[in-house]
Amino acid sequence: MTMVTPNPALSRASEEAQEIRRPFSAKVFGFIRRQPLGTVGIVIVVVITLAGIGANWIAPYNPISDHFSAMLQPPSWQHLLGTDQFGRDILSRIIFGARTALIVGLSSATIGGLSGLVLGVASAYFGGRLDLLIQRVLDIVMAFPLIIMALVIVSVFGTGVDNVIIAITIPLIPRCARVVRSSALSIREVPYIDAARACGFSHARIILRHMVPNVVAPFLIMVTAFVGQAILIEAALSYLGLGVQEPVPDWGLMLQGGAEEYAATAPWIAIFPGLAIMLAVFGANVFGDALRDVLDPRLRDR
Amino acid sequence: MKWKMAAVATGALLGMIGCLGPANAAHQKPRYGGILHYMVAADAPPSFDGHAEGTFATLHPFAPFYSVLIRVNPKTPSNTGDIVCDLCTHMPKPTDHGKTWTFTIRKGVKFTDGTPLTAADVAASWNESIFPPKGVVSVRQKNYIMVKSVAAPNPTTVVFHLKFATSAFLPALADPFAWIYEKKILDKDPHWYDRHVMGSGPFKFAGYQVGQSVKGVRNPDYYHKGLPYLDGFVATFAPKEVVRVDAIRAGRAAIDFRSLSPASAQELKAALDGKIAVQRHDWVCGNLLYFNENKKPFNDARVRRALTLAINRWKGAPALSKIAVVNPTVGGIVYPGSPWAMSKTKLEKIAGFWPNIKKSRAEARKLLKEAGVPHLSFTFINRNVDQPYKYVGTWLVDEWSKIGVHATQRPVPTGPWIASGRSGSYEVYMGAALCRSIPNPPIDVQVVLPHSFNAGNVGYYEDPHAIALYEQMLHETNPQKQHQLLDAFQKYMIGTKAHEIPVVWWYRTVPYRTYLHGWKISPSEYINQDLSHIWFSPPHCGKCSLTPPKTADASPK
Repeated sequence: MTMVTPNPALSRASEEAQEIRRPFSAKVFGFIRRQPLGTVGIVIVVVITLAGIGANWIAPYNPISDHFSAMLQPPSWQHLLGTDQFGRDILSRIIFGARTALIVGLSSATIGGLSGLVLGVASAYFGGRLDLLIQRVLDIVMAFPLIIMALVIVSVFGTGVDNVIIAITIPLIPRCARVVRSSALSIREVPYIDAARACGFSHARIILRHMVPNVVAPFLIMVTAFVGQAILIEAALSYLGLGVQEPVPDWGLMLQGGAEEYAATAPWIAIFPGLAIMLAVFGANVFGDALRDVLDPRLRDR
Repeated sequence: MKWKMAAVATGALLGMIGCLGPANAAHQKPRYGGILHYMVAADAPPSFDGHAEGTFATLHPFAPFYSVLIRVNPKTPSNTGDIVCDLCTHMPKPTDHGKTWTFTIRKGVKFTDGTPLTAADVAASWNESIFPPKGVVSVRQKNYIMVKSVAAPNPTTVVFHLKFATSAFLPALADPFAWIYEKKILDKDPHWYDRHVMGSGPFKFAGYQVGQSVKGVRNPDYYHKGLPYLDGFVATFAPKEVVRVDAIRAGRAAIDFRSLSPASAQELKAALDGKIAVQRHDWVCGNLLYFNENKKPFNDARVRRALTLAINRWKGAPALSKIAVVNPTVGGIVYPGSPWAMSKTKLEKIAGFWPNIKKSRAEARKLLKEAGVPHLSFTFINRNVDQPYKYVGTWLVDEWSKIGVHATQRPVPTGPWIASGRSGSYEVYMGAALCRSIPNPPIDVQVVLPHSFNAGNVGYYEDPHAIALYEQMLHETNPQKQHQLLDAFQKYMIGTKAHEIPVVWWYRTVPYRTYLHGWKISPSEYINQDLSHIWFSPPHCGKCSLTPPKTADASPK
């Protein structure tokens, strides 16, 4: 009797085929079972996104409108998270603040990530002097701590959402480019890239059709991590007075001014925006971790 | 019976302890010694020159190095009408029907470089302020439009010749920014004092840490015998109120002379029960909003009127006074505590002060529509100082949003804030031009006059009618008629034309450590800031001598 040893590659392929055939709900429940923390992260990110998009309908009060009759009120049924020194509803300001956080977080992460992707892949693919030049420039940018670099850029260009996005995006570019380049370097050496070259495909086609799809996994993981980082830096810049300005609802901005002055007598002014920042960053980070686990074949079966 | 006696004894003991509190300090003899650490509620000022600047950021750290000719009595600073000599020997009586004022200068006064101070130095300093040479900024030049000439016929006499007699002259002369500089230095380089310090005041300059602090040590040659009491001082710049409050709470500073918010004063009192005293006073200071009339649509009076009509001052000022250094009393461009101030009935007839805010805002929307900017959007430059600038700015943005105007507040540090006003690189600008040392309404209201008349004005407009109205009021000798003309001038400037608009007046609340004595609050943050009368109770005065030390101690740490 001959023992048949199962081929591991065939068995994995068969499992993947089964996975594809599973209904969507089963996939979702599977993900929740395998990634409970990641699920929490996704829920937080989704809630914040929905809050940001639907702030106009969800927020119970106008976030910039003063209500002097309701100054410094503690949390109550009327104002679930209390009011600040101008009588503005903290919950409404947090909901609208999600919009600023999302705009800055997503824009910076996406633009910074995509720019890093282009530079990283181009650097790896072309190699030689171009690679050397790009890497040294990126080294210089990376030599500055992220927050210091952002501070310098905002000081030069001025405050405001647009400039804050630029300030956060620039330091993110080399971080993404580095990771993408290391993945792209290994892909550059595989035979199908040589085959594509031998077929006479253009550089653009080789990069876009054969290299980029193979570095998408680490790229997506980086981008999700960047969202959390960008939200945190935006809050820091606003807290330092270099981001958006009053009365625009913004989580970092809500931590300065009244929150500092009334920290002892009305702590809710500082606590809830602080919690919002913490949750948003936590959500984006654990979502990124879960994405890494799902997209990395080595971690998928753990 | 025993418990009754114990209760009486305890009560007596508590009573005695109570008497030993801050109130008892008034009966203590001033002690010599100690270094005063205090906070300055701003970033470092654009220059150190009192003649060129009008900000407390210059005055608070640098006034202790200088003398002035006359000043508000430092013993009764809340009475701004009590003007006494500093460098002069006695207050003169005017001659020539009030048009000539002759001052005799003290003998034996020395600058800290050892040069004797003479009448020539006093005259040169006043001439620089009143008749600045080309390229020299004197922000209060127009306060002295009544002055024809200043001369020093001999080393102890300074004579002011006036073009016309006016009661506004003496208060203008008691300006605490009118520091006396050395003539020799001014002749050589009129800009020297922008970046250098050298005077004849109670303290000698000991160092400036760029953007952070100013240090001074006792001037042993100070001419007011027995003063100052302190060995020195360190003035630290900190625009954020929370930093200043923390410094006082932690004992790193004794006071912020300007003002803290009511909440911060309350917080300090609660945290340091018995170790904090508080002085309060109406403040001759207020926010004035400038429109850059070089830029469209702010050259249109309808737009400016709409922006003032949107502001509900009657509701806003009392509400803001609970959280900011704001006076609940509403006023025009004349200090509300002054007898020259406009009555409420008259004020309510001016655009922006109407009691019916709905009607006011409806009119504002109509005016904006007529001007073709129903959804006006602009950026307004504000000073990056919490109290009350950013609080007032935040409130204004909301008030304007109620008539469909989208304003973006841009707070900038003190230097760029002043620079943007002077360069005209703004659309709307929050200033503090209503801040005065001594209420002197016929002169004070000049702040709203165009740049061609008042160099300190940053509104970039011309209005000969406004100047004519002002001149008519200033030269009127009948007080009743002059008051009426002043009211008419106010109505035209802030209502009809709305060239510049008053927003809120301020209120001073100064909490400080109870070991600090000898400082009295006044209606102005500029008065009584030479620190010469301040002293510390033990142990903060160090050696705590009852007699003045012979020489200046080492530089403060």
